[in-house]
Amino acid sequence: MNKTSLHTTDPALVTHQIWKILEEVNDPEVPVLSVIDLGIVRDVVFNDNQYEVIITPTYSGCPAMDVINMNIRLKLMEYGMRDVLVKQVLSPAWTTDWMSEAGKEKLKAFGIAPPNPKQQVCSTALFADESVQCPHCSSYNTTRISEFGSTACKSLYRCEQCKEPFDYFKCH
Amino acid sequence: MQSYQLFTHSLHLADNALILSQRNSEWCGHGPVLEQDIAITNISLDLLGQAKNFYAYAAELYNGFSDDEKNAADHVIPRPWKNYGREINEDDLAFLRDENQYLNFLMLELPRGDWAFTTLRQFLFSAWQFDLYTNLMKSPDATIAAIADKSLKEVTYHLRWSSEWVIRLGDGTDESHARMQKAVDDLWMYTGEMFEPFMDQSLVLGLDSKVLQQSWFSRVKDIFDEATLNMPVSGWMQTGGTSGRHTEHLGYILAEMQYLQRTFPNATW
Repeated sequence: MNKTSLHTTDPALVTHQIWKILEEVNDPEVPVLSVIDLGIVRDVVFNDNQYEVIITPTYSGCPAMDVINMNIRLKLMEYGMRDVLVKQVLSPAWTTDWMSEAGKEKLKAFGIAPPNPKQQVCSTALFADESVQCPHCSSYNTTRISEFGSTACKSLYRCEQCKEPFDYFKCH
Repeated sequence: MQSYQLFTHSLHLADNALILSQRNSEWCGHGPVLEQDIAITNISLDLLGQAKNFYAYAAELYNGFSDDEKNAADHVIPRPWKNYGREINEDDLAFLRDENQYLNFLMLELPRGDWAFTTLRQFLFSAWQFDLYTNLMKSPDATIAAIADKSLKEVTYHLRWSSEWVIRLGDGTDESHARMQKAVDDLWMYTGEMFEPFMDQSLVLGLDSKVLQQSWFSRVKDIFDEATLNMPVSGWMQTGGTSGRHTEHLGYILAEMQYLQRTFPNATW
């Protein structure tokens, strides 16, 4: 997008442009995903003469939220929008179902297995192993090494076929 | 809803999450294997996030209090903050309160012990949090309901992970079984505190602590049965945490955790 293209003052158009600009803001911990891919931008609204971007954390303790907040403001400044409020809401709670299909493809290409659909496998059963596809060789012959991985949103798997360990963006 | 009670209760829920988070984080770099080291510190991080949300809400409530309400809450307000001349925030509540102002359960401040003790404590607490948050999602207070909604998803992982460890060690080797049974016997007298009717809990939570206890008990019994552990006979129970009377261990946790904010007031990075 042309960075000097924001000449309109029609709230509907500006809101639309903000959504487009947010596609350029990436998650600091999973840099192949934009905040839109991740599904953490819940709304963009025009309120009291001010634009508001409403975001929600993936996990309560996600240390990336402050950085994401700052990156959104910085990116909007690049387009000349200084007076934008970034607000955080907790409810409804974020779910991996809000991740875009494009985002899931990007994750896989990056070597992280994308989350399975929540309705099928989010289970409270003990010792249950989800059937997770290896992002490298596409085999389903995989084993969970640990429920928790390098960040709060991932768990650790190993492919029994190609022997590569990999991160799984766990369903939430 | 009475805001003083809501305030104190938010503080209590925050203190619980923060103190266990701090305890568990001691395992960082010391876990039995790398993956479990990462697991326990991830749980710490989730709990820290939950604590932050509850502290932020408590601070918001306090800043909106009338003078009378502020007086009523004064016994849990940190003294150093009073000289700052600004509104209170979540960091002040976490880093500047003294031990007798902390309202967490005693169980959560006990030293981390061995892996059996750590995973069992996590299990007993996660089982309690699971039922609590399930109920709080229906709280008449929208912020409490939102925090509960968010936190419950995380607690579900914690409960599953810790249940598996209790079973794995309880129904494992002679050594692991003996350690897990010892942890059960040592921790049991601290579980009664979770079901005391603290601060008219029913008022804030819309929930009966007896009902919570029954649900918790059957959850624990199921796992203990599968883990071949003996359920202790309920006897005398420890008490005091929710009224600020703590074991000697809490002071050491706070000394380490609060050192920076007390030495360099208002430091940020």
